[in-house]
Amino acid sequence: MKILVCIKQVPDMESKFKIDERGTWYAKTDLAWRMNEYDEYAVEQAVQLKEQVKEGDITVLCIGSDQVKETMKKALAMGCDRGAHILDEDVSTKEPYMIAGVIAEYARDKGFDLIFTGMQSQDRGSGQVGLLVGEMLGISGVSTVVEFSYADGMVEAKRELEGGVKACLKVATPVVITCQLGLNTPRYPTLPNIMKAKKKELLTTNIAELLKVDARQETLKMYFPEKKGGGQVLEGDAADLADQLIKILKDKTGVLA
Amino acid sequence: MKLLLIAESREGKLLGGSYELMAFAKVLGAETAMFLVGSEAALPKYDGKLYLADVAEAKEYNPDAHKALILDVVAKENPDCVVFCHSSYGWDLAPRLAFALKAAQISEVVGVDNGTMVVPVCNAKLRRDVKVGTEKTVITLQSGAFALTEEPTGSPAVEKITGATDAKIEFTGYEQAAAGGVDLGKAQVIVSAGRGIGKPENVAMVADLAKALGGEYGASRPVVDSEWVEHNRQVGTTGQTVAPKLYVACGISGAIQHLAGMKKSEFIVAINTDKDAPIGEVADVLVVSDLKQFVPILTEKIKSL
Ligand SMILES: Cc1cc2nc3c(=O)[nH]c(=O)nc-3n(C[C@H](O)[C@H](O)[C@H](O)COP(=O)(O)OP(=O)(O)OC[C@H]3O[C@@H](n4cnc5c(N)ncnc54)[C@H](O)[C@@H]3O)c2cc1C
Ligand SMILES: Nc1ncnc2c1ncn2[C@@H]1O[C@H](COP(=O)(O)O)[C@@H](O)[C@H]1O
Repeated sequence: MKILVCIKQVPDMESKFKIDERGTWYAKTDLAWRMNEYDEYAVEQAVQLKEQVKEGDITVLCIGSDQVKETMKKALAMGCDRGAHILDEDVSTKEPYMIAGVIAEYARDKGFDLIFTGMQSQDRGSGQVGLLVGEMLGISGVSTVVEFSYADGMVEAKRELEGGVKACLKVATPVVITCQLGLNTPRYPTLPNIMKAKKKELLTTNIAELLKVDARQETLKMYFPEKKGGGQVLEGDAADLADQLIKILKDKTGVLA
Repeated sequence: MKLLLIAESREGKLLGGSYELMAFAKVLGAETAMFLVGSEAALPKYDGKLYLADVAEAKEYNPDAHKALILDVVAKENPDCVVFCHSSYGWDLAPRLAFALKAAQISEVVGVDNGTMVVPVCNAKLRRDVKVGTEKTVITLQSGAFALTEEPTGSPAVEKITGATDAKIEFTGYEQAAAGGVDLGKAQVIVSAGRGIGKPENVAMVADLAKALGGEYGASRPVVDSEWVEHNRQVGTTGQTVAPKLYVACGISGAIQHLAGMKKSEFIVAINTDKDAPIGEVADVLVVSDLKQFVPILTEKIKSL
């Protein structure tokens, strides 16, 4: 079984963001980087599937600068077999259609039975890439998956809907699955597996070789939303803060009356 | 400017997001037509043309069939833009349609500014203005970003449509969320634990504060996904929607899906080490502090009142 997992490297969302010089994205300096949370579920599902079927080969793909290799190594340590790094120093200017185009171009004719992506990236959050890859390759795609099982070329999956309801479905491979939070419990790479991952194949291809589609949209400007400002911000010593908060709760709500 | 609005229904009911599409059209002052896979028993209040495909045939989840039906309507109406809700239905269908129409897709639109679309980035900490370069556009609207100011009225001019219903993806039915346990909807006070609690042992600290305030404790999704708290205490779009007198968010960043479940609370307190956390947008009071230190102190002080 051939499996492709697409991952993105994103900044920690608790970072203090600044706007870059072009004014169209956040500045990439002084940020802590990690694997997109949704993609951790994708990697874990791919590894669990390989463990289940007992044969198979998992390629982890990531488009980005050389720095993304750090995140790819984590995926390799979790159990992916090889890395396909698509080098792009300016990945934030590539809109979802282009990212999907590059992934589809890479995957075409490689005969992947399953392609796992996250349902969305934490920074851009378009939620488009996985399904677009499916359309471009002419294979099925199922989004927002919270339960997954596989047997004999058939996938049974549950999509999560609003209010905690799930839609149950069946689909034949090849298929793209976009992974939602809670799909599984992503493993922590063990030290021996981190060492082993260092020896796994991690090949870099320049994006120019795979980018065959044009941009369909453009970011004109990135900025901080205007603070609606209503709330009060309390800072200082914890005990003082507790006294202040109790006073506010007494004055403004009925709960401590 | 002409919009094709894609309404939604589930298990025989029209979903409220359908009216947000109309609100968006109003902001743009655009001409509209509407599409719905549903039934005549649950039509939207809408003065305009509604293309209705029978849900008994097209099924509630059959993206290939729904896409083909929408493409037929696009051919008839030639809209500039096809508009979906950014919902499990909308974000699943929109990229498929955008691909077929060779259109740009803009996801989770929260505003329009001079013809450009405004979308959130990084958990709503940032925003960006987007311009498209294609003839047609497909967009999804963030839930709650556009709301009708008046009660919707009217009845649509229905045109029934049919199409091929073959399904590569076989929809086999719904699984309802497990019922029972606590009913957060009845609590006057809810204190919720977010990922900021750090480890499962700290749920107790949040539960203690809830008890001292005479309320219940809830949780954000990662805390539930990690099985530190059961699902029936989850607040948000895929959990419960609550509106207590007091909501205290401990170590919760304020993602849109969490806010959707609690922003109508009468008074909101957030405890967070990040002064810029998006929860600050809805909080009446943001206490910038480490919850592990602050929450036990607060609980003790409340107990000794
Ligand atoms: C389709 C969909 C549906 C979803 N449905 C839901 C839903 O129903 N409910 C829901 O909650 N989420 C839902 N989510 C997930 C949502 O997008 C967020 O990922 C989630 O709400 C984040 O939870 P959090 O705020 O607890 O964690 P994080 O976003 O990780 O935030 C943790 C916060 O804790 C703060 N913090 C860290 N340490 C401390 C400390 N010591 N003291 C004080 N503060 C601290 C940090 O500054 C940060 O702000 C959904 C997502 C999707 C895509
Ligand atoms: N630069 C990238 N490299 C590899 N995969 C990506 C990249 N960007 C997005 N993806 C994949 O597409 C999914 C959805 O991203 P998005 O459409 O940006 O929300 C992510 O969860 C990843 O699986």
